[in-house]
Amino acid sequence: MSTIVFIDTRGEKIPKAAQEAVTYASQLAGGPVTAVTFGGSTLLDSLGAQGAKKVIVARGVATVDGQQLTKLVCDIATKENATTIVCVHDATGKAVAPRVAAHLKAGHVAGAVGLPVDGKFKRNVFSGKAQAWMEVTSPIKVISLSPNSIPIAKGEGTATVEEYSGDLGAARITVKEVRKAGTGIPLPEAEIVVSGGRGMKGPENWAGIEEFAQLLGGATACSRPVADMHWRPHHEHVGQTGLAIRPNCYIAIGISGAIQHLAGVNQSKVIAVINTDPEAPFFKAADYGIVGDAFVVLPKLIEAAKKLNAER
Amino acid sequence: MKILVLLSQVPDTTARIAFTNDNTQYDSAGVTFIVNPYDEWYALVRALELKEAAGSGSVTTITVGGADTDATIRKGLAIGADEAVRVDAQPTEALQVAEHIAAYAKDKSFDLILAGKETIDHNGGQVGAMVAELLDLPYVPLASKLDVNGTVATVERDVPNGVEVLEVSLPVVIGAAKGMAEQRIPNMRGIMAARTKPLTVIPAAAVDNTGGTVKFELPPAKGAVKMIPAEEAGKLIELLHTEAKVI
Repeated sequence: MSTIVFIDTRGEKIPKAAQEAVTYASQLAGGPVTAVTFGGSTLLDSLGAQGAKKVIVARGVATVDGQQLTKLVCDIATKENATTIVCVHDATGKAVAPRVAAHLKAGHVAGAVGLPVDGKFKRNVFSGKAQAWMEVTSPIKVISLSPNSIPIAKGEGTATVEEYSGDLGAARITVKEVRKAGTGIPLPEAEIVVSGGRGMKGPENWAGIEEFAQLLGGATACSRPVADMHWRPHHEHVGQTGLAIRPNCYIAIGISGAIQHLAGVNQSKVIAVINTDPEAPFFKAADYGIVGDAFVVLPKLIEAAKKLNAER
Repeated sequence: MKILVLLSQVPDTTARIAFTNDNTQYDSAGVTFIVNPYDEWYALVRALELKEAAGSGSVTTITVGGADTDATIRKGLAIGADEAVRVDAQPTEALQVAEHIAAYAKDKSFDLILAGKETIDHNGGQVGAMVAELLDLPYVPLASKLDVNGTVATVERDVPNGVEVLEVSLPVVIGAAKGMAEQRIPNMRGIMAARTKPLTVIPAAAVDNTGGTVKFELPPAKGAVKMIPAEEAGKLIELLHTEAKVI
């Protein structure tokens, strides 16, 4: 019986979601765990601080081929006699965790939001409008953790790093091109998100949103019409058909808060809404609200954020 | 090109969410059911576009559920699918859905299997990947663009801060997200034709049981919103810092 955790460390830096997953796996296991990853990062030993005693890395794999990665995870799960396999509920995890579950006939919790209570895992359903408690009865469990669900452990220790030497077969999926549109904090990981809607009137007015987000150390997002009108790139769209995010703080400027938008942000810890229309439905889902014009309110917010940053 | 589209029935996006039987079951009383939007708007419509562009081929839909899903399945036929299959089963978890679908598809040589990126009720996003694993096929989740040239599919998907372009040989399973196609409204001819298109009901396959949802709960009601006058907007920053402690 052991616990392993599969993370994506394709870049040099260990992503926040990966650190969360290792922390979570170690808390589930009640002790150190084995982490499984791929790519060229030289910082893998630092995962000891989150509770990994060993990191097994498949250096040769740099692609997003879910079959190769599934083979990697299943192979190590067998060798380590793993009964719990933790993954991240992100683009890589979504291509791997369900495959691992199907391969090992394991129950799969897609998007756990915390540690289990009485052996049951909580996850969001109905686009965040309800939550479900899920039980896994199979001998092996696969648990995919939603980003921003638990604080990262900052313990002592370094993990030993082992290179994986098994044969994963050829990749059937190849990456032809990655078009980067920004270098900011990845939206699913951001703890603070500043989001703009049609009330911003045009893409030329986004400098204020960007400046405000940067001052708060957050990421920028947008509503569906804004992405559809190409004011902002699609990967910034949050809502039912875009990304579902759960930051600590979501600040919506010029977004009315249609039910489809709320589906993507209703798991945020604190929601602040700025809108000219006092009847905007978003105010009903908000913790803080300001009825006012974005072009009047935003400069005041930027000024206050600068003041706060100067003080701390 | 032979395409299979996974169609799921879900409560309407604006349906009231409530539970019965001591919060163990979704309360479907008075709820309108629809085709899962990701399955309908993106997976099915893109499948039809690819078939139309190729000038030949077929689009089959598959649904796992009881006879109560037939109306939803007919909607898929009205939009343009050639035929529909329903596996007569009541799955309690994603793996069972995938096992039913894989059991049907395994000897049918589909070139392309399209699923929505997730259903809007369970939000698991698991079935497409599980079907791919059971059929030993590659799977690309969260695809916002799909083109097929001969036997090679080019897929785009949104990744944090950008777009990734992938290439994969058919056969492949794709999870369809927004952007892949535009919604099609069925016309009267399509609706009439749907009545006579084949809807084959097949018996349930042998499946595993690995657990499932035991209880639902509704999120706690939001407290009243704290309003801040626009002229004192800066106060919001102070409250988020000192009261909410989130910045």
